[in-house]
Amino acid sequence: MASEAPVSHPAVVDRQRPESIAPPAGVDSSAMPSDAHDSGRAARGDFTRSPWLPVVALLVTVALWDLGARLTIPILLPPPADVARAGWKSASDGSLFRHIGASYFRILTGWAIGCAIAVPFGILAGRIRWVRAILDPYVEFFRFVPPIAFVTLFMIWLGLGELSKVALIVYTAFFTTFLATLAGAMGVEPERIRAAQCLGATRRQVFFRVIVPGTVPHIVTGVRLSLGLAFMTVIAAEFIAAQTGIGYMIFSARLFAQTEYVFLGILVLGLMGFAANWVLKKLLSRIVYRYDVKL
Amino acid sequence: MTATIELLQVGKRFDARHAGGAAYEALSGFDLAIADGEFFCLLGPTGCGKSTVMHLVAGFEQPSAGRVLVRGTPVRGPGADRGMVFQSDLALFPWLTVEQNVAFGLEVAHRTAAEVRTLVERNLDLVGLSAHRGKFPRELSGGMKQRVQIARSLATDPSILLMDEPFGALDAQTRRRMQEELARIWSMSRKTVLFITHDIGEAIWLADRIGVMTHGPGSRMKEVVVNRLPRPRVHMTPEFVGLYNALEDSIRAESDAMLDG
Repeated sequence: MASEAPVSHPAVVDRQRPESIAPPAGVDSSAMPSDAHDSGRAARGDFTRSPWLPVVALLVTVALWDLGARLTIPILLPPPADVARAGWKSASDGSLFRHIGASYFRILTGWAIGCAIAVPFGILAGRIRWVRAILDPYVEFFRFVPPIAFVTLFMIWLGLGELSKVALIVYTAFFTTFLATLAGAMGVEPERIRAAQCLGATRRQVFFRVIVPGTVPHIVTGVRLSLGLAFMTVIAAEFIAAQTGIGYMIFSARLFAQTEYVFLGILVLGLMGFAANWVLKKLLSRIVYRYDVKL
Repeated sequence: MTATIELLQVGKRFDARHAGGAAYEALSGFDLAIADGEFFCLLGPTGCGKSTVMHLVAGFEQPSAGRVLVRGTPVRGPGADRGMVFQSDLALFPWLTVEQNVAFGLEVAHRTAAEVRTLVERNLDLVGLSAHRGKFPRELSGGMKQRVQIARSLATDPSILLMDEPFGALDAQTRRRMQEELARIWSMSRKTVLFITHDIGEAIWLADRIGVMTHGPGSRMKEVVVNRLPRPRVHMTPEFVGLYNALEDSIRAESDAMLDG
């Protein structure tokens, strides 16, 4: 799932599960909760439910990373301590937060605008045949053109400032959300529309009280997917032309062979995605139950 | 006395685009007249066009020939004067609670909040769902969902109730209970009901008159049987069984004729 891409930690945890079954003695005693000792065998058999499992897995991951770094040179694989030092340094001079802020601004602005345009157009295209007929060829064409292909063009048209990067993310978010919304609006149960008509609903009421709410689960899917894609697009845009942003940080680190900053960028990006997704889930949690959305 | 629902020499053709490849004539020369306050059941073999009749009366479809009249006026589209209960629970709004579903028709008609409250209350009581008012449809059993549909269509007090195999997806016991409740609700409200079913026992239990359709294509009304069994009805009396057998033979003859070509 593209939307899960920035949230890479669960996948890492999964991959590390075999190690955590038989963790090294040191990790085990420091990280295992005390009730593991109290309930003895039962807790041992039930380690899969322990809330500490991801923590243990994380520590194991860092330990393996450190071990790996010792077997090679820092320019290929910088040790965790180097990355932490790079993080501390860029945090204390404020540059890290400037990069995070710049990337977040581009992602969230572009994503919000893209979704805001996509939802009404998606619903209209899903419900009105001639709107769909007009938009369909363009959609079928542009859906195969990845946003990155437009980086250069957008720079030429919109300059090297924020506008071109935000526009690129608008494009990214628009397509995913539009297609999901379109599918949702087309798939509204005909029986539900007929039921509303038999209850006296006008065309307008059918639209706002049946079709729009009926499309909500698909809109949620589109909005979440496009947030993930926005993270990918922003990095590509910042690689090519930017003076700020996590993408710029990663790309400029390459010039000075500061691999620890590349790692820092990747790490920060993952955390940014994780945080953005968490906030979005919190915002959506109010409607999740009513619309039976699976988050 | 003019009929509340009247179909006069109605024909309905579906062109190839809608019928999945081949044009199909569902109805031809179909006649039906239902009196005010009457409970009319339409029986027929599968694919005989029972649902097409229902869709014409509901206003989802327009006839290709003949006239479909409700209180003497041609049907132009769906309306709140004809409440509908669908076979599928997909007809419920899953994002609305039980009481919000029941309130839907009242809210689109801009009734006052007090009216909405009163009518929702009354109709939830009627179908015995007051205790489940805050639940979402997916949290209910099949029988309960159909009760919500019934309460929802009754809330706006339509004079006509159209029921398209409303209990078809329920298990036998639940179905029996729902039939009893519907008979009770109908005896209180005396709405004009057009009820479609392929369950002969259900038709005898509920209907004042039972229409049997010929097989398709081009279905007509084969015969209309007056059900004189006294209410409240009792299952499996000799009269019940006699009527059952007669109707079964009549339908069997139609499905045999269809299979023979």
